[in-house]
Amino acid sequence: MLSRMTGAIDFQTEALVLRSERQRLIASNIANADTPGYVSRDFNFAQALRNATSGMSGSDGTHGSANALGAPVAADMVAEGLGRSRAEPELRYATPSQTNLDRNTVDMDRERAAFADNALKYESTLRFINGNVRTMLDAMKSPSQG
Amino acid sequence: MSMFDIFNVAGSAISAQSQRLNVVASNLANADTVAGPDGKAYKAREVMFQTVLMGQGEQPDASAGVRVSTIQEDQSEGRRVYDPKHPGADSDGYVTYSNVNAVEEMVNMISASRSYQNNVEVMNTARSLLQKTLQMGQG
Repeated sequence: MLSRMTGAIDFQTEALVLRSERQRLIASNIANADTPGYVSRDFNFAQALRNATSGMSGSDGTHGSANALGAPVAADMVAEGLGRSRAEPELRYATPSQTNLDRNTVDMDRERAAFADNALKYESTLRFINGNVRTMLDAMKSPSQG
Repeated sequence: MSMFDIFNVAGSAISAQSQRLNVVASNLANADTVAGPDGKAYKAREVMFQTVLMGQGEQPDASAGVRVSTIQEDQSEGRRVYDPKHPGADSDGYVTYSNVNAVEEMVNMISASRSYQNNVEVMNTARSLLQKTLQMGQG
């Protein structure tokens, strides 16, 4: 029961973790913009999110039998949340659009754009979580509370 | 929490860039230094950046900071000007100036300050994102 209510939040949590992972990666690229020989890195967000949520039930529309109504809550939570190991996203190297004499492949324009894009999407994921929480709190309120 | 690593990464870059700016400042300050009695003039210095891995746990390479590995001296010959009346002139009447190239140093300075600004902006973004994360679930 509880896992069915928090399933949507679980999905957004995975997305948030991956977004912060990507934010850190892009920050590393920007920090190393002047380091000779540094190779810019990134990962495929869609693929990483698919991998991270593939074992999850109830989040992507497929409801597993484990979190049916009446299933023990604690066992459910252990199986779904606490025991799950997090797969690290597979890092890829960027192909330089312009070659550099010092073999550094950080493209500052691309990194800045990716950084801004990722920050915005991190924030929107946060808003989705907040919306989910508010929906759940509203559902828990008794009619007399307004 | 991977977001907190951003402060270490951007902070290391900021300190490396400010060290670079420092070196540029001393080069520009010594652009017109002449050789002393030993015949050796000021040599332009340049910082060498190196990636340093600062991630924790299983993925140490996920966050890569920067540090200054060495500061190297440019070994090229300094500018020599014929000026026999100059107190620093050698027996042939030549004065040896430092080998600082002012144009190169100005370009270096602009590049360092741009990179510094970029990293400050990265830090500010990370700070505002973390602040919003702290308020998660409050409305």
